Amino acid sequence: MSRTFVTLRSLEGFKFYGRKTIVHNLDPRAKALFITTVFVVSLLFTNLYVLLGLLTVHVPFLLAAGVLRRWVYSIRAGALLAGIIFFANLLTGSGVLPALALTVRFLVLLTTFSLFFMTTSPDDLGLALDRVGLVRWLSRRWLGFPNALSFTFTTAVRLVPTLAVDAQTVIDAQRSRGLELDKGNVLRRIRNYVPILIPLLLVAIRRSLELAEALEARGFPGREDRTSLYELRFKASDYLLVLGSSTVLAVSMWIFVIHPVLRLPF
Amino acid sequence: MDPSKTPNRILEARNLGFQYEGAEARALRGVNFCVERGEFVLLAGPSGCGKTTLCRCLNGLIPHFYPGVQEGEILVDGSNVTSMPTSEVSRKVGYVFQNPENQLFALTVEKDVAFGPENLGLPRSEIRERVDWAMRITGTTELKNLAPYELSGGQQQRVALAGILAMKPSVVVMDEPTSFLDPVTAEEVMKAVADLRLEHGITVIVVEHRLDLVCRYADRIIVMDSGKVVADGSVQDVLDGQFDQLTGLGVGVPRVSQLWAMLKRDGLVSGQTPKVVEAAAEKLGGKLST
Amino acid sequence: MILVEDVSFEYPSGRGEALSGVSVKFEPGEFVAVMGENGAGKTTLAKHLNGLLRPSSGRVLVDEEDTRRTSVARLARKVGLVFQNPDHLLFSETVRAEVAFALHNLGYAGKTIENQVEKTLGSLDLTRYADVSPFLLSGGERKRVALAAVLAWEPEYLILDEPTIGQDYLQKERLRNFIVQLNSQGKAVIIITHDVEFVAEAKPRVVLLSKGRVVGEGPADRVLSDADKVASASLVKPQIAKLFDQLSRFGFPRDVVDVHRAKQLLEDRLREVSVHV
Repeated sequence: MSRTFVTLRSLEGFKFYGRKTIVHNLDPRAKALFITTVFVVSLLFTNLYVLLGLLTVHVPFLLAAGVLRRWVYSIRAGALLAGIIFFANLLTGSGVLPALALTVRFLVLLTTFSLFFMTTSPDDLGLALDRVGLVRWLSRRWLGFPNALSFTFTTAVRLVPTLAVDAQTVIDAQRSRGLELDKGNVLRRIRNYVPILIPLLLVAIRRSLELAEALEARGFPGREDRTSLYELRFKASDYLLVLGSSTVLAVSMWIFVIHPVLRLPF
Repeated sequence: MDPSKTPNRILEARNLGFQYEGAEARALRGVNFCVERGEFVLLAGPSGCGKTTLCRCLNGLIPHFYPGVQEGEILVDGSNVTSMPTSEVSRKVGYVFQNPENQLFALTVEKDVAFGPENLGLPRSEIRERVDWAMRITGTTELKNLAPYELSGGQQQRVALAGILAMKPSVVVMDEPTSFLDPVTAEEVMKAVADLRLEHGITVIVVEHRLDLVCRYADRIIVMDSGKVVADGSVQDVLDGQFDQLTGLGVGVPRVSQLWAMLKRDGLVSGQTPKVVEAAAEKLGGKLST
Repeated sequence: MILVEDVSFEYPSGRGEALSGVSVKFEPGEFVAVMGENGAGKTTLAKHLNGLLRPSSGRVLVDEEDTRRTSVARLARKVGLVFQNPDHLLFSETVRAEVAFALHNLGYAGKTIENQVEKTLGSLDLTRYADVSPFLLSGGERKRVALAAVLAWEPEYLILDEPTIGQDYLQKERLRNFIVQLNSQGKAVIIITHDVEFVAEAKPRVVLLSKGRVVGEGPADRVLSDADKVASASLVKPQIAKLFDQLSRFGFPRDVVDVHRAKQLLEDRLREVSVHV
């Protein structure tokens, strides 16, 4: 019971929380560029100071978005993996500093993705995806309509809390029939999940079918030139972020190519 | 004058038949009826009689979503919709489903109500207007930024209704919309629908097992059994003339009507069968005062 | 007897129905309806009766066993809970296997399982579907299979969560008769419902919940004709009760909720009146 509790708590470090902060209001595309920059830079350099610097850069964002405590949850969740990375590297011969650097790199990546998901509503993500040419093209090829892919995404997000309740109901229903999930050897325990997974799968499918009916009843997918009530628009802060990120990206790549000294761990 | 072009006739089914793919028997046979603009029709009948199948035919889910063999035709506002794709028919015929939760797909109420108009490709200003209007008339404006799973069943049904109304269909079909709602909420939703119909002239078809909820507002009742229409007329006429047939089929007639029928059978009362409590109280009060 | 003593409960997430100081008893062989608005705590209460949930304060005793100290599997032997949506339950290849599932879990012997399965299938008119996949059946049939799956081990207390939703009048009548049958076999039946008309006709003992508290308890005709209690639980009075409210000036009793009693009273009075005319 407590084990699941910890896992759920750490997931909170990635769940979206609706707030009105500068960070939340940033266009997801600008934020996407930011985290891509962080991602690339953290991979280019193994310098501990650079990586620590990258980590620190996130702090003002985390503070501004009011998600500092939740970020700590995600760090706690990653602590185990971070520890493994540290000791694995240490044991395979790298020095303490390089091992530390690699651990920090992991934490940087964890932090940047955590920040992104905590401050970007799935709605906005969907809207952003809707605008991305590649996504629209793929969507048209695979599903026949340009907005289908981003819609799939937002619907999946919308269904998560509902299916979570369904999962609990299935578990309750089967336990009420005498199913004991915590008894028996490994094999038995795995088998015990069959009466949980099958109904859950079917309930999910039935829900999706009902949703599909309701969708058709609302004229989905509509026309090629489907409009939307809200649209994403770049503000000053977005331009600033994009400018900052691309500058850092450009500079980093130049340094990487021209000044190999900074590749060193210290 | 061609009857199908009568300006008041908004919906017409002609010899409608349907058999689901892989089914042994037809779910609908030879269904004929017409609905006038602004009418409130109650569609009743035992489980499995074809009520839901009929509704699906009306909004195009049959035959596109549910494959099978369809006969006959359906005319909405004069045009034959039998072969139109669902997304087109749904502009004319809105459908509110039984389960409130599975018909809301967006992450907030406002975006959900906007969904239909967005699919219609309307300009943003018009979407805005329609969304605000639909939320206002269904009393859901304060819910605008909530997520579907945060709403109660009654709120969900009203939001679903708003989403359909925002598309401005000619007819709204509701398939047992109050099944999952508690009695007070059920009455509120029904009253909201009835008010909307009176104020905005929307034509409504409601499928319901519990007649007492709808009898008060419906002008007309259509009863089905095994895919056929077995009664079609004003609620009063059908209750008076075909009462035993209704109860034989298992239709949940209002208790006061049942009471009256029992007393009538013993010769203690006579006259029209009351369909609501007030009418029954008046009539019985009258008899008891003599 | 199931004894619920001053139970309070809150979900850890803070969301969902809570219970606050609920005390109620369920006797063997009786028929009880737990009613209230959506979110009143009816399902939460039901889940306390077989140990799925444990109270934060107070206790639940099932035949003197404290649910906080007993496993769900053990409590399930006595208390069968049938959930509202049968699809949350069904997973087997055949109806027979579905009905046998719980019997395997509860450790019954092979021959007993076979007999019980046949008996249960028979009592719910499902024998012809014994070797059919439950997923191929209609909605109503699946509901019966789910019921059979729980009745298989003949629990002494059977809890049905919203059994009347979407059912037509004939189906509800069959349900009513089935409950009577179960009661006559000594089984207690507890239904969770907000179907006021069904309760008015079946006349169980009624427990009214609202916002996690018990706001009323007693025989159906007394509780459902009490305007305050009914309103506080977000219910409406049965039609017959409303009718008699409007006929109160004629001195009828105030607790009439079902058609048959109503007819009797009116019949007598109308005959009196016609005699005097």
